[in-house]
Amino acid sequence: MSDDLVIGNRHFKSRFILGSGKFSLDMTKKVIENGGVEIATLAVRRVNNSGKENVLDYMPPGVTLLPNTSGARSAEEALVIAQLARELGCGDMIKIEVVRDSRYLLPDNAETIKAVKLLADEGFLPLPYMMPDLTAAQSMVSAGAAAIMPLGAPIGSNRGLLTRDFIQMIVEEVDVPVIVDAGIGRPSQACEAMEMGCAAVMANTAVATASDVPEMATAFRMAIEAGRKAYLAGLGRVLKDRGEASSPLTGFLGE
Amino acid sequence: MALQEKGVDWDSFTVSDVKRALSRDHLETEDFAALLSPVAAGMLEEIAERAQKVTRDHFGNAICLFTPLYASNYCENRCVYCGFNRDNDIKRAKLTEDEIEKEMENIASSGLTEILLLTGESRKFSDIDYLCMLVSKATDHFSSVGIEVYPMNSDDYRRLHESGADYVTVFQETYDPGRYAELHLGGPKRVFSYRFNAQERALMGGMRGVAFGALLGLRKDWRMDAFCCGVHGSLIQRKYPYAEISYSLPRLRPRIGHEQDDVAVTEKDLLQVAMAYRLFMPFAGQTISTRESPRFRNGIVNICATKISAGVSVDIGGHSEAEHHGDAQFQISDPRDVQQVCDSLRSLGLQPVFNDYVRSGF
Repeated sequence: MSDDLVIGNRHFKSRFILGSGKFSLDMTKKVIENGGVEIATLAVRRVNNSGKENVLDYMPPGVTLLPNTSGARSAEEALVIAQLARELGCGDMIKIEVVRDSRYLLPDNAETIKAVKLLADEGFLPLPYMMPDLTAAQSMVSAGAAAIMPLGAPIGSNRGLLTRDFIQMIVEEVDVPVIVDAGIGRPSQACEAMEMGCAAVMANTAVATASDVPEMATAFRMAIEAGRKAYLAGLGRVLKDRGEASSPLTGFLGE
Repeated sequence: MALQEKGVDWDSFTVSDVKRALSRDHLETEDFAALLSPVAAGMLEEIAERAQKVTRDHFGNAICLFTPLYASNYCENRCVYCGFNRDNDIKRAKLTEDEIEKEMENIASSGLTEILLLTGESRKFSDIDYLCMLVSKATDHFSSVGIEVYPMNSDDYRRLHESGADYVTVFQETYDPGRYAELHLGGPKRVFSYRFNAQERALMGGMRGVAFGALLGLRKDWRMDAFCCGVHGSLIQRKYPYAEISYSLPRLRPRIGHEQDDVAVTEKDLLQVAMAYRLFMPFAGQTISTRESPRFRNGIVNICATKISAGVSVDIGGHSEAEHHGDAQFQISDPRDVQQVCDSLRSLGLQPVFNDYVRSGF
């Protein structure tokens, strides 16, 4: 039975989305191979077309690029950056990042909803990075989001699934893939996100700041695969408060 | 309480104050002061380990490259420490449109996509129209344009922003108004508060990012200037949460006619300041200029600086054979070209970044 990740009408085998930009470009190929990565994000602002140190020159063929609108502060700016990505040949699948907070780089949900609508109307396949808020996620889906990318914790923080319960609500209530985007600091957290039913995990800093970057990419691949298998297998129930009484409370019933 | 209404009691900080600051994710101003204190100067290695981790978490191993272009050295100010001081008998020059074009072509051919445009403060020789022309020409060659000129009203900042500038750098030099008055003897720069509020006016004018700097060594208590500069950036960020904040790290260096002056602020002091900025404002950029040696610049980008200039010429017309050639503001200590700087960064495991900005026109 196939278990593809489906975004829009595109199918992917891998559920590990790799962020670029925080480790050296010449390591990109090895990291992508080790991670079994099929989708890699890149900041359009880092693209130095026909110039030096151009991230596009380092992406191995076959990888689907997911350009992001990092640097945008409004829906209109996100659209300009998306159009530039399209001109650069990066395709129509765009990760929307609209951020108006320079300290934590938290996404602005209200402006992001507008951006989803603007980009969808222009024929893009928008994947919005967002604060996990169910109502906002539903609005984004209505506006044309092809997937929802809630943050687990502030970007670059490696603090894991601080927003676990809110992401779980989105997983349960929306019908597009939910991809945990930021804050995943270790493979075990990626595994947990997959066990929860998330469709994929994106990681960048956790891989980029490892002592052995390619090896960490391998570890993430394995954790994400394990988490996915666990989700599909159906996790065993967990007893919450205490053990189960061996003599049932209702055992006194006689008729 | 080490922080008092009229200053900081630097000697009151203890090793445990510094360790507490190092253990926190979000530093209070008191923690920031502790990191600048004399006792922290004895803990640089420990601070460096933390600063490097915080830098990598926020910026990865990316180091952005840029170069300054000095377009005019005419200046109405009389700043006692500056080579452009109007009383100084230096060769003055201002680049013409054609010369600017040539300079920019030469710089762009090195692969750089970010430029910082500089002039002295002269409404006569480098008025807003001249600056708009400079910025507008720069947008033909560069994706990111910053200006380091004189403070102006927000309407003028808006004009420059609409011409294509997005980043504004203003050094307050010293945050002690009394010392400021002693050092700035004449010209519009004498007004401390007008300069102090420049970053805010720039943001009101639509600029995306602002940079702060204290020229360390102007004031005996350089720790206090570093402290005020850090807090200045932090206060602006609180009021304008979307603003991109960055710090520059200048210290007094030999200038024309004063080559033998003692350097009051050492490399060790400068590194301590940079690391304190990093931990206090983890997301803020940090620029290290060619006033510093290649050895020091390599060391500091490995810990906390995130932006470095390369292929620098600080005299007017220094990137081409311009007919109008003027003297420099200061002497540089790092003459490496773009390729050499990239090679150094790579050997440190760092990633040179040429392009990090899309000008969206908003």
